[in-house]
Amino acid sequence: MAQIELSAIRKSFDGTDVLKGIDFRIEDGEFISLVGPSGCGKSTLLRIIAGLEPQNSGEVRIDGHSVDAVRPSARNLAMVFQSYALYPHLSTFDNIAVPLRMRRLSAIERLPLLGPLLPGRRAKERAIRADITAIAEQLDIAPLLRRKPGQLSGGQRQRVAVGRAMVREPRAFLFDEPLSNLDAKLRVHMRAELAELHRRLEATFVYVTHDQAEAMTMSSRIAVMMGGELIQAGTPAQIYNDPGDIRVAEFIGSPKINILPGRIRKDGGIDVLGTALRLACNATAGDCRVGVRPERIELGAGPFSGSVVHLENLGAEAFVHLAIEGAGLRLIARLADVRHLPAMGSTLAFGFASDAVRVFDPAGKRIELRAEQAERIREPAHV
Amino acid sequence: MSDGSMTIDAAIVPAAAARRPLPAHGSRRAYAAYALVTPAAALMLVMLLGPLAGVIALSFTDYQLGAPHFSWIGLANYQDLFADKVFWTALRNTLTYVVVVVPGAVIAGLAIALLIQSGTSLRSLYRTIYFLPVMATLIAMAVVWEFMLHPQFGLVNGLLRGAGLPAFAWLQDRNTALYALCAIGIWQAVGFNMVLFLAGLVSIPKQLYEAAEIDGASSGWARFRLVTWPMLGPVTTFVVVISGIRSFQVFDTVHVLTKGGPSKSTEVLIHTMYTEGFEFFRSGYAAAITVVFLVFVLALTLIKSRLADRGVHYT
Repeated sequence: MAQIELSAIRKSFDGTDVLKGIDFRIEDGEFISLVGPSGCGKSTLLRIIAGLEPQNSGEVRIDGHSVDAVRPSARNLAMVFQSYALYPHLSTFDNIAVPLRMRRLSAIERLPLLGPLLPGRRAKERAIRADITAIAEQLDIAPLLRRKPGQLSGGQRQRVAVGRAMVREPRAFLFDEPLSNLDAKLRVHMRAELAELHRRLEATFVYVTHDQAEAMTMSSRIAVMMGGELIQAGTPAQIYNDPGDIRVAEFIGSPKINILPGRIRKDGGIDVLGTALRLACNATAGDCRVGVRPERIELGAGPFSGSVVHLENLGAEAFVHLAIEGAGLRLIARLADVRHLPAMGSTLAFGFASDAVRVFDPAGKRIELRAEQAERIREPAHV
Repeated sequence: MSDGSMTIDAAIVPAAAARRPLPAHGSRRAYAAYALVTPAAALMLVMLLGPLAGVIALSFTDYQLGAPHFSWIGLANYQDLFADKVFWTALRNTLTYVVVVVPGAVIAGLAIALLIQSGTSLRSLYRTIYFLPVMATLIAMAVVWEFMLHPQFGLVNGLLRGAGLPAFAWLQDRNTALYALCAIGIWQAVGFNMVLFLAGLVSIPKQLYEAAEIDGASSGWARFRLVTWPMLGPVTTFVVVISGIRSFQVFDTVHVLTKGGPSKSTEVLIHTMYTEGFEFFRSGYAAAITVVFLVFVLALTLIKSRLADRGVHYT
């Protein structure tokens, strides 16, 4: 069990800055997801924690001790790779046994012919077997122990890789997009299994993914990375409801948050698509962008209107794509009741509650709203 | 009832008619397949199987090169062969050569490949240098080796003298001549093996090394045992068999440097075959030696394909 601290981590490859000074603290027993689009540096950060990649500057501390001079093999972290990186020539049993044999047997005891003859080797081998059997029971892979990785399905390989990570009770688990090679159904299933595993082990999990749904569903905290910087960290609910940056708002949530062009008036009031919202802020006058989540758009009544250009009926819910006349803009609204879908091409009025509105300045930073007005913006305000 | 059977009959007729073109279609496909196979089969017959059958047939005759006629003598050539001391010497020398050169060339090739792979700069330079012996004509290189191993003014003895050691007539001493040839054989084969190992090393996924490191394999030897060596399995099998076959074929260095001497200490199978067939013109006898040689090569090939089946390949 470990607490991991990163301070001012920088990394560049061939002059390109991949990480631009990351400061972050992962608490003991947390399930942290590092999430971001590809190329944001999240995998590099994970590899720096593991020690597989040296940072250019900055420090990694595990449980308060700097590990910069410590080899990956001595950091006692476990890692599950995207490709699982199972040894193809070893059976499932031997794959899981590798970390135990590497640690519990001396170099001489590991020798191919001489090793098994040494006294004590058999007792150690028995202990290893017992540990592996216990892990295999937990992960439901006991019948697979004699198979080679080539004879396993993707999900089974994934479990073996997790077993190999679990078996030696490391200080923390590092996951590098472990579910991205699985099909959609299995991915959802493994999501639940991993979250359950975390609850059971109460160990520190650092989980890298580009899939915001994985991050949202499993983690106790999410750290969103963009362009080599850590933009925001918080619980899934905080990240979803309170994005500090428009890039975070756009990255988290599916379908994407609707972004509408807005203007901040001199008195602090906000106009969207020519309609004044009953909201105000203390920012300077000028352009702004207004974000509203699809599920917060209320169809049927409101000051805005758009025509239905596309419908996605998922059975349990539906997404209505609206084109706003004159603005060259599309937005998506979630409809909980799929029994009453609007007709294609029909014009719909819509509005949204003022507490659904998140306002961002042109640079993408969040603008705090004044809290007093929390009415519904069903009717346009009189200016 | 009869109406019913009528309809059934009527229904069967078109079905049978429909079935009839099928075999015709099938045989047309078979013809096409044979037609497509014919060029390759004909080439194999003319270039490989024909001569092989010819050699085997020849080994049962007393044919001499250029003789107007010959007669069938059954296994007499083989009887002569197995009674001939020179043959057994040649076979023993050939096997010694194989047993020394194969491990030497494989281990040295692997070691050099690992060194080049772990190096950072000048990789392609080293690769080229070690590959040079493979590209050079072995006959010409054998002449160079002859100078290097010359008892009086050779480079090797020069170095030995410089180190205060006695000089040695490497190729003229019956105790060392075969091993000197082995050294040349290793030198010649290392480059080829190295290139194959390098290709094998490149194809090992980097993540396996990272997983090994995370799993606690901190020493280079542990990583080699855990990842490199098993992952090179298919390449190693191939390299061992190819080196084995090539060593069995050793001829050029023997012919240029020692002619099988001194006192048959470097006589090898192919050289015996050459002497019998092209110097004494005993073609039937030479064919019998060739057949023995082919049996060994075939055995090696079978071992390789058996190993290949036994899961040295992982997927």
